[in-house]
Amino acid sequence: MTILEAKGLNKRFGGLVATWGVDLDVQEGEILGLIGPNGAGKTTLFNLLSGALRVDSGVIRFKGQDITGLKPHQIARRGIARTFQSVKIFSKISVLDHVRLGCFFGKPEPRTGTGADGAIDEILEFVGLSSMRDTRGADLILANQKRLEIARALGTRPELLLLDELMAGLNPSEVAEAMALVKRIRDRGVTLLVIEHVMKAIMNICDRIVVLHHGEKIAEGKPEEIAGNQKVIEVYFGETATAVPDQPGRLPPGRQV
Amino acid sequence: MVVKFLDIAIGGLLTGGIYALIAVGFGLQYGVARVLNIAHGEFIMLGAYCTWTLFTSAGVTPLVSMLFCAPFFFAVGFVIHRIFYTPLRTASESAAAFEGNSMLASFGLLFVVQNLALIIWGSPVKGYTYLAFPIHVLGAVFSTNRIVTLIASIILGSAFYVFLVSTRTGKAIRAAAQDPVAAELMGVRINRVLALCFGFGVMMAALGGLLLSMTSVMLSPVMGMQYTLIAIIVVVLGGLGNIKGSFIGGFILGLVGYVVSSLQPGLSMVAYYLIFLFLLLVRPTGLLTK
Amino acid sequence: MRNPVSMRKTPSRKRRSFIALIVLLALLATVPGYVSSYTVILITNILMYVVLALSWSIFSGPTGYISLASAAFFGTGVYASALLSSDLPLPVVIVIGGIGSFVLAFFVGALTLRLKGMYFTMFTFGLVELVRNSVHWWEVNMTGTVGRLIISADNMTIFYCMVGIFVAVLVVSYLIKRSRFGLALESIGESEEAAAHSGVNVTMVKSVTFAVSAFFMGAAGATMCMRWTYIDPTTAFSIQYSFMPVLMAIFGGMGHLYAPITGATVFSILEELLTTKFPYYYMLIFGLIMLAVILFMPHGLEGVIEKGRKKAMRRSAVGT
Repeated sequence: MTILEAKGLNKRFGGLVATWGVDLDVQEGEILGLIGPNGAGKTTLFNLLSGALRVDSGVIRFKGQDITGLKPHQIARRGIARTFQSVKIFSKISVLDHVRLGCFFGKPEPRTGTGADGAIDEILEFVGLSSMRDTRGADLILANQKRLEIARALGTRPELLLLDELMAGLNPSEVAEAMALVKRIRDRGVTLLVIEHVMKAIMNICDRIVVLHHGEKIAEGKPEEIAGNQKVIEVYFGETATAVPDQPGRLPPGRQV
Repeated sequence: MVVKFLDIAIGGLLTGGIYALIAVGFGLQYGVARVLNIAHGEFIMLGAYCTWTLFTSAGVTPLVSMLFCAPFFFAVGFVIHRIFYTPLRTASESAAAFEGNSMLASFGLLFVVQNLALIIWGSPVKGYTYLAFPIHVLGAVFSTNRIVTLIASIILGSAFYVFLVSTRTGKAIRAAAQDPVAAELMGVRINRVLALCFGFGVMMAALGGLLLSMTSVMLSPVMGMQYTLIAIIVVVLGGLGNIKGSFIGGFILGLVGYVVSSLQPGLSMVAYYLIFLFLLLVRPTGLLTK
Repeated sequence: MRNPVSMRKTPSRKRRSFIALIVLLALLATVPGYVSSYTVILITNILMYVVLALSWSIFSGPTGYISLASAAFFGTGVYASALLSSDLPLPVVIVIGGIGSFVLAFFVGALTLRLKGMYFTMFTFGLVELVRNSVHWWEVNMTGTVGRLIISADNMTIFYCMVGIFVAVLVVSYLIKRSRFGLALESIGESEEAAAHSGVNVTMVKSVTFAVSAFFMGAAGATMCMRWTYIDPTTAFSIQYSFMPVLMAIFGGMGHLYAPITGATVFSILEELLTTKFPYYYMLIFGLIMLAVILFMPHGLEGVIEKGRKKAMRRSAVGT
């Protein structure tokens, strides 16, 4: 079942075309990857989907309902949450209060007092921040700040979570933990749309991948298909590169994009 | 009918000329030096009072006073920037923090200057008359002093524009307006340029005040604030950072104000404010930007 | 502009502050019994500034939006009082003054708080002029007089009304800080984008908070009006009522609830001392103090104390 459907999204900033005729189909329960070189328009797309930017034209439907033009808080309350490329946590607010904020203002659901607390504890446990519930946002290391952003987002009871470059700035072991976390989020029943540059992560966790370039969608399909797609390779590596034919599932060794 | 139209058109331009000057001054301070100088109107007021003093006690005509006021107020502005805003710029953690801090510093400046004027000149309103005889222009009657004001504003505005476009300092200012860091890397002494801009801004304000005083407007120490507001509105109308836009915007707003004033005196501020609201909501980038 | 927040108040510190507050309130309640009429007036004046500074901080503290409109809201209350106090009892008039300011602030806020901070500040600056101009125009064209004569109330009544407003501000301030509304407000101050995407209706929260802060300013204005025998637009909407709360709140530092109280008390007493010695210069002196504060202590008194504490800690650490 399609949980999010976007048709013909266009967005310009003055003379710059950021998004051009993009169609998107997110299936419920999947992890959809969104990749493309820098400047391809991935975060702009997220901004259009989450309501941070208005589309110039196009339609966005979430669970069958038209959400085009809604404000970010309205979209958040319908069940779409997101994280940000540059982590936007609240430096002076405690970990616990981050999640409480999400719970208070996210998707409305009848909750008794104890129920809400239980949910908060469960989320903190889930992301691994239970022991730091009273720590202020600014005092966390980057990896934990990213967990916190996810915890806050999960507090809003989302059905779709947009992750913007979760792995950026993480060391290899943190990347592995992050990948596991993403999978566990999906197991919770949250659909994921993930922007990533760390190819290992994308290829490993995504069910499908969409590739953007200069604001346009140039390819879509399973990870193996994308890795072998000549257009995608050209976009990333230039026109003289080719895929390694006997290793369809992996990029050429030594090339970590 | 044509006479009525001309009457309004020229009347509006007369008011607009002064608005244009003070808006350009304000725009320089905010667009380049990034200082929201809400004390701008106070320097307009100071310019007016200085002219009044020179005229009533020494008999110096306003047009001659200009020769003294222009460099004097330029120097005042330059020094103020060096003393307050330059150290503030280095002390502020971010551009946003600097904007906030400099705005608050300007607020303090407003208070200081307004009260200084109150002490020096007292609260009762003052005025003087100069070149008040009527002159006929295309069938409509105007006061000579207002025509002179209009001519002066156009000359000053154009002169400044030429300065910005052709001289090295002018180019440095435009560079600093676009990208202070890059300008500095290119050899522009940024602190000096910013202080220059601030100085020019204060100078424009004082000259605007000088011209204002010529038009038989009543002077009072609290008169400055409404002109600060007008400058803000014009700059938003013309587009932040757009000097030409501020100049033209001043004339547009002056026209509007004159029309409103002739229909219902005293409500021009309300009209300006509504325009401001409209602009901010509908087109905050300004009507005159591309 | 916001403070580096000092260590969170431990329960014992909180309890101590609370007790100090109760003592203060008790003192205030009984004070008129044994001090001169002059002192009562002085304390009323101090409380007025405290209320203004606290109200200003309720909004501008957490959000970081600097409002220069305090004089507009204060003046609205003054005029509410001037128009209605001969027909209605004072407490009612005070509430009406507050409501008038609330509505004005909500309307302005809803329209302008969706803009960047600088535009909002410019707009609030203009609001004072606008309201003053409009009232002036109305008085000249509709009622024929510019100034109005007031039937004053006695100092005791005014004093207790002001104490009441002070308590109300404290209570509301405290409730907001502890509620989910306060959490939303804090989050907006840190990152509006993140708050909005967490479901917070940012414009609404900002507008309501702005309106609440305006309510108390209007109430204070309505109260103070009764102390004066004559008002006109220039005195009611004097820029000093926008200026002083900002100075006081910044001086006190914007971290804790009590910081504006410190700033307001210091400056009202200072004003009282200076008006007798330098009746013409004291406002000028305040302007200069503001400049000094912005230049040398941008985080206010709290920031200075914090810096001193940090320096002391570093010195002792180095010594080991």
